[in-house]
Amino acid sequence: MMGASGPGALVPFAGGTDLLVHWPGNLVAHERTYLDLSGVGELRPLRWTDSHLEIGALATYWDVVQDARCASELPLLVLAARTVGAIQIQTRGTWAGNIMNASPAADGVPALMAYDATVVLASVGSGGGVQREEVRLDEFYLGYKQMRRRPEQLIECIRVPRRAYAVSVFEKVGARRAQAITKVGAAIARSEEGWRVVANSVGPTVRRCRTVEKMLEDRSPVRSPEGFAPVLAKDVAAIDDIRSTAKYRERVLARVLYFALRGLAAGVV
Amino acid sequence: MRSDDGHMDVALTINGKPVSVRVPAMERLLDTLRYHLGLPGTKEGCGEGECGACTVWLDGLPVCSCLVPTFQCRGRDVKTIESIDPASLAPMLESGATQCGACTPGVVMTACWVREHPEILKTHTMRELLAGNLCRCTGYDGIVDGMTRMLDNSGGANGKYA
Repeated sequence: MMGASGPGALVPFAGGTDLLVHWPGNLVAHERTYLDLSGVGELRPLRWTDSHLEIGALATYWDVVQDARCASELPLLVLAARTVGAIQIQTRGTWAGNIMNASPAADGVPALMAYDATVVLASVGSGGGVQREEVRLDEFYLGYKQMRRRPEQLIECIRVPRRAYAVSVFEKVGARRAQAITKVGAAIARSEEGWRVVANSVGPTVRRCRTVEKMLEDRSPVRSPEGFAPVLAKDVAAIDDIRSTAKYRERVLARVLYFALRGLAAGVV
Repeated sequence: MRSDDGHMDVALTINGKPVSVRVPAMERLLDTLRYHLGLPGTKEGCGEGECGACTVWLDGLPVCSCLVPTFQCRGRDVKTIESIDPASLAPMLESGATQCGACTPGVVMTACWVREHPEILKTHTMRELLAGNLCRCTGYDGIVDGMTRMLDNSGGANGKYA
């Protein structure tokens, strides 16, 4: 888990899979002060309540891969976890770290967002007690690497509502299946609460495609990938970066959505 | 635990033996193994968690030791390639699972982990489990064949995993 908010701020440290990349030569990173969370055992577990799965801030992708209930009830989490790096990364990388690293290409975040997850932020209040704030993940990112989190707040857990899902689709387009950073990704879920369509590695943040969701709710007819293209421009504001171009991303995302949804959503034929 | 000179004392178990090391506060486990503990079998490839050459087990799970700070290993159990019985690797050698050898220690640590956890093959293929170990020589078929034979020899197998 990471998230320095300026010089002097403590950087929370969990699995280290982002923070230690090219460590010996990353001299800027050597100047920071890190706050190791690994000894805080109560942040580790996955906790199932009647209404939610609570993913502790230190829970890893592998913890989710190994939880049979996740596979049957919240399959997007397992599908996403298995595309992150490979087993050596999955055993160390945390869901909370994926949120705090705030990469637009995060693979865990779209799965969580498609399930309407919330982030529980904890801090020490003026009276010394723990203060908690719960923020919807789809309202957490304000811009590229900008989050609705104060420097003194730590993620305590991620809460995922338990719902019945009729549709769960996770798509990742990358140079290869494993060990590749996503060029274009999508997580799609449908429950009684409606459709959720989340795009990652397309815009400056992971974000919901609300116009697409509305088209699916309305059963608007879509007969080809081009049917999604105009609304995607509005929904995600695709970017150019080292991994791909905005044009490629919009085009591929339209195709990914069309072929994933054809036959699953009433209007997409 | 942290002293004024920016070093830390870390007590951990390596290959079954308790050891104590004094290391720079954010030293990587990979460097501690190679340069403080005389265990150079673990290799550095990419330094970014992509190639898997530095794979070791931390509390029984495969990790990239280039992405683990040594201080987080206090009180924990680390196993390196030096803990593996060379005789058990005969099936890998016979299958052409190694050529230049740079990836081999990491590949072996993943392969031996699968051998100890054959139940993982109910949900994962060998190729998915090996995805974190890049090999530029063998084309992977020799590695997968070697792993299959190793599992057969250990009595943990009765079919095709790849």
